[in-house]
Amino acid sequence: MISPKKQSTSNVIELRLPSKAEWVGVARLAIAGIASRLDFGIEDIEDLKLAVAEAYTNCIQHAADDGEVHIACTIDPDKLVVTVQDDGKGFRGQGTELRQKDEPLERGLGVFLIRTLMDDVSYDVDPRRGTRLTMTKHLRPQSPAR
Amino acid sequence: MDITVDVKEVPGKNGVRVVDLNGEIDVYTSPRVKETIGELIDQGHYDLIINLENVRYIDSTGLGVLIGGLKRVREHSGTVSLVCTNPQIKKIFDITGLVKIFGIYDSEAAAGAAL
Repeated sequence: MISPKKQSTSNVIELRLPSKAEWVGVARLAIAGIASRLDFGIEDIEDLKLAVAEAYTNCIQHAADDGEVHIACTIDPDKLVVTVQDDGKGFRGQGTELRQKDEPLERGLGVFLIRTLMDDVSYDVDPRRGTRLTMTKHLRPQSPAR
Repeated sequence: MDITVDVKEVPGKNGVRVVDLNGEIDVYTSPRVKETIGELIDQGHYDLIINLENVRYIDSTGLGVLIGGLKRVREHSGTVSLVCTNPQIKKIFDITGLVKIFGIYDSEAAAGAAL
C-alpha cells in the first residue's frame, strides 16, 4: 500500500497512502526521516511532522473513504517543499478565513497550525483531481550539522 | 503510534480525576481520549487533570478533544487542567492561544493544588 519512490534526477520523494486515520503516523515518520536526512533541526522536524499530519488529516476528513493521499517531497539545497494532495472535495480554510462560520473553533486549528508552522503555504484546487496543498520549509542556518 | 489512557483519583480531592496519557494523540488515537473524557464527565467528574507529560505528539484533533471536554465541564462549573512539560507540546498550546483557556502546570501536584 505504500509506494515510496525516489527519483534521483529530480530530488522528489513520493508516498501514496490510504486516506485512513491509521496511516497518518506513517506519514509523520516518513517526513521526519526525510527532514532529518536534510539536516533540519529538531524543532523544524516537529513542525514538518505536524503540518504534514494536519494536511493528511484534512484529506481524510474531506475525501472519499477509499481515497488516497499523495505526498511529494521536493528536496532543494535550502528548502523542502511538500505537497499533500487528496482526490476529494478539498481542504477547508482555503482562503484567509480560519474556519467556516458554522463550525466549532477546533475544526479550524489544523489549517491555522499549517500556516503558522510552515514558511510558505498555497492551495491548488482542481475539481477533477482534488486539492493540492503545497508548503515550504526553509533550511535555517542554525540547524545543527549532521 | 498509539496511546494508552489511564484514569486515577487524586488523594484528598474528592471527585477529581487524572487522565494519564502516554503516546501520540492524532486523528487515529484521539477518539479513545475523547471517549474516556466523555465517560468521566457522564459520571459526574467535572474537574479533570489531563496529564500530557508522556505525550510525544498532539495535533488539532487532540486539541479539539481537550477543547470539547473543557466546554462540557464548564457547563457544570468544572475545569480541565493540563500537565505539560514537553516544549514541543507547550509550543502548540502557545501558538494556538490555548494557554489562555487551559490551566497548564508542570506537575500533577501543582495542578491538583490549584483546584
